[in-house]
Amino acid sequence: MPELVITVARFGFLILLWIFVFTVVGVIRRDLFAGARSGRLVAAPRTVGAATGQPAPKPAKAKRGRAAHQLVVTAGQLAGTRITLGEAQITIGRAEDSTLVITDDYASARHARLVPRDGQWFVEDLGSTNGTYLDRAKVTGPTPVPLGVPIRIGRTSLELRP
Amino acid sequence: MTAAAAPAASPATTGEQPGVRLARSRRNAELSLLLLALVLVAAYGATVEATVLDTVTADFWMPTAVLAALFLAMHVAVRFLAPFADPALLPAVALLNGIGVGFLRRLDLAKADPGDRETLAIFAGNGGRQLAWTLASVALAAGLLALMRDHRSVSRYAYTLGLAGIVLVMIPAVLPARYSEIYGAKLWIIIPGLGQIQPGEFAKLALLAFFAYYLVRKREVLSLASHRFLGIDFPRGRDLGPVLAVWALSVLVLVFEKDLGTSLLYFGMFVVTLYIATERVSWLLIGLILFFGGAYLAYVLGGVIGGPFANFHLRAEIWLDPFADPYQDGYQLVQGLLALGSGGLFGAGPGGGEPLEIPEVQNDFIFAGIGEEIGLFGLSALLVVYLLIVERGLRAALAVRDSFGKLLAGGLAFTLGLQVFVIVGGISKLIPLTGQTTPFLSAGGSSLMANWLLIIVLMRVSDAARRPMTGGPGGTAARPGGGPPEQLHGAPTEVIRP
Repeated sequence: MPELVITVARFGFLILLWIFVFTVVGVIRRDLFAGARSGRLVAAPRTVGAATGQPAPKPAKAKRGRAAHQLVVTAGQLAGTRITLGEAQITIGRAEDSTLVITDDYASARHARLVPRDGQWFVEDLGSTNGTYLDRAKVTGPTPVPLGVPIRIGRTSLELRP
Repeated sequence: MTAAAAPAASPATTGEQPGVRLARSRRNAELSLLLLALVLVAAYGATVEATVLDTVTADFWMPTAVLAALFLAMHVAVRFLAPFADPALLPAVALLNGIGVGFLRRLDLAKADPGDRETLAIFAGNGGRQLAWTLASVALAAGLLALMRDHRSVSRYAYTLGLAGIVLVMIPAVLPARYSEIYGAKLWIIIPGLGQIQPGEFAKLALLAFFAYYLVRKREVLSLASHRFLGIDFPRGRDLGPVLAVWALSVLVLVFEKDLGTSLLYFGMFVVTLYIATERVSWLLIGLILFFGGAYLAYVLGGVIGGPFANFHLRAEIWLDPFADPYQDGYQLVQGLLALGSGGLFGAGPGGGEPLEIPEVQNDFIFAGIGEEIGLFGLSALLVVYLLIVERGLRAALAVRDSFGKLLAGGLAFTLGLQVFVIVGGISKLIPLTGQTTPFLSAGGSSLMANWLLIIVLMRVSDAARRPMTGGPGGTAARPGGGPPEQLHGAPTEVIRP
């Protein structure tokens, strides 16, 4: 075997090794940022009244274009968890068959659920002991949930993100 | 709440939004990464033959072809059984496993008579045995993937697994040395004439599943009902009792079996699971203090009274100054360091080093042996591959929606990372050397098999984490007040609590 061939193979292998590493990183990177159109995935939690520079995500607007696509847990044991929303309802509670199983002292087995109607999500309390709160207001019937408004269940806080 | 208009409108609004892109399974990305990894493994094999034999034999692709068939079969299994699993895990593991097999075959080539080298059978020697073990491991891993359709089902067998873990750890301790001792470490089950298995590798997985389940059940109590002492909250003894008992037992047995590496691994696993469950930094502090205190105490005791601590004292002495006795006690570490040093930045090229100068290069010192040939440049790539595996495991733990899955995936990913740290730190003289296998690279069936099972659990958890929350074909919105049927769609297993 000529010396040159072996040298090329040696360094070719090392370069290919790093190409593999960077391809894996690329796949992971695309995975992380898929669906984040403008880096809003990591936007700070917004409250209803807060003026945040951009057009406020009002419920009326939420029906067109600015529909919710993710449910993000912002506080509590599961903080950081995000669920991609589809057409199915999301059930929340301590019961193991809930979509979001929260182990929170103040949560009931079947605490609340989120139901989509016409692209708008409604939160509904399922007769929980300690209640469900949309921002500061207690949820009594099915209530539309605007983007970025915290739903509070015990020590857990959730919000819808685009 | 009426649902009359819902079915018509909601698919149209959600169907083409970017959020839906998250739901892609990414299996094609996995396939292309896997093919790239296999090309790398084939290139490694060819370069080794070109260097060692001075020619590339017509059969150089045979081991790679066997691996390719295996890993592609695994990929197809994942497509059907866990379509949303993380795409980076399988290719990364395939690369490490393939390079491990390639390096072991390279050692066989170096050991064989020059006349026999070109006709070395693919299942011959250490490399061939490793290839056969890979076959068995991947088959077992696929079986586990098919059997465990939901990681939460593991929690049903948590106490059984905990017991099985303890029994597995204890078997070598109670067996006579003839059936359990190799090089002074009493951690094997030797079946005469057949080979040996290292039950501790499997016990690791079983014990972690038990820890995760128990801590999920008790986490509220652990973080709320506590005694405050020295500004740190300690949980009540009775809540922590069973876990501490399991841990103390496994650690005691391991010290008795003289395997400090695994003992350290269990300790780290335990502390980190506890930390993830309770979210209290105090546990990490307590763990680190206990560990460093214990290690120092063992070092001093080993110097004064010897006995069970003499082994650790000797290892620490070698670590502090390996060149004090470079031909006896420090021989292995010195040879490893020399190999890494002569490898330099780019290495001697696959097949170009002298790995047989290092004792046990096929097991503990495989990283030094590989390092001599691919240099710092290649070694760091391998370390980054490990890092990516651990990162994907922790990512799955973050994203999964149930606490048991979080603890299980987080603990497993951390354990894998810690194992790599312990052995690579040991051979590079960062920490005292404790015998550990390098996951997926080292020769050894038990380690390979257990680590493949670990990866399968991580893939299962990541599949659960990334699976989109959509209902059945009809969609839930179509049914007013759609109740349990759709939830059960998303949750194939129901955990029945006592």
